[in-house]
Amino acid sequence: MADDLLTIADRTFSSRLIMGTGGAPSLEVLEQALRTSGTELTTVAMRRINPAARGSVLEVLQRCGIGVLPNTAGCFTAGEAVLTARLSREALGTNWVKLEVIADERTLLPDPIELLDAAETLVDDGFVVLPYTNDDPVLARKLEDVGCAAVMPLGSPIGSGLGIRNPHNFQLIVEQANVPVILDAGAGTASDVALAMELGCAAVMLATAVTRAQEPALMAEAMRKAVEAGRLAHRAGRIPKRFHAEASSPMEGRASFDPEAPAF
Amino acid sequence: MTAAATIRLTVNGEARSLPGGVTLTEVVTELSAAPSGVAAAVNEAVVPRSQWDATVLSDADRVEILTAVQGG
Repeated sequence: MADDLLTIADRTFSSRLIMGTGGAPSLEVLEQALRTSGTELTTVAMRRINPAARGSVLEVLQRCGIGVLPNTAGCFTAGEAVLTARLSREALGTNWVKLEVIADERTLLPDPIELLDAAETLVDDGFVVLPYTNDDPVLARKLEDVGCAAVMPLGSPIGSGLGIRNPHNFQLIVEQANVPVILDAGAGTASDVALAMELGCAAVMLATAVTRAQEPALMAEAMRKAVEAGRLAHRAGRIPKRFHAEASSPMEGRASFDPEAPAF
Repeated sequence: MTAAATIRLTVNGEARSLPGGVTLTEVVTELSAAPSGVAAAVNEAVVPRSQWDATVLSDADRVEILTAVQGG
């Protein structure tokens, strides 16, 4: 929305949906989904060059006019992540990096100690660092303190589609943050995304929920609308939850009927 | 060619025997004709593209050549 831009570091975006490119069955399906999603920033991974590869995800992003956000997926240590980020800066000409330092392959959960270490090093090296982090308010604050341009807490494990397992933690993170809070990982369907935005997230990052959906482009549209709906609801200010009902029609001025008189 | 003229190194995890004096540019272009969107590291240090020509590889070097793929 033109009057409600997302600002991260020195860039502004009218879309609050950051997409990933992993998991799509083909580049054609990916391109259609990305275009439908309306995203303006999309992640790629850095891997050994494959001379036999046909087509390139970079060409897709270029054709769609979408900004590229390299990640450090697959890194287990701060050292690996820092080197991967430096390679991505060299290869892609961007100092933005989505920093991922995972602890193990079973959970793909972030290793908080390595993550903070890598974040500090990369910020000092001039990177705009967007860290994939646990839904831990203390870690989120420390990542902000070392200069990260956003924090990207996970709703639930990568690819799990389990949504936001701890909404209260998200509220705590949002409440204290002075940088954008971006839901990263766990979104399975549109309602997860709407909830993230209602909780005050500035944006949502997702890949699997769209790329592995039965109809990726349809789900991309659903996610785009869910981001917008959730954002609007957040700005509008929801009503407080009540234990009992509260009538929306007035009780005064009702007609007086004999309750015993049969009407039919 | 003498034995000393050949160096043994790894390129993207693969053991290779290459003529001594081979440069990083030559190794990269062998894998990618138009290497845009590509970066290289030798022994865990990024080598900027501007220095590929001048980077002569040595015996036992570990070369990693990366590009962007679908991910995240």
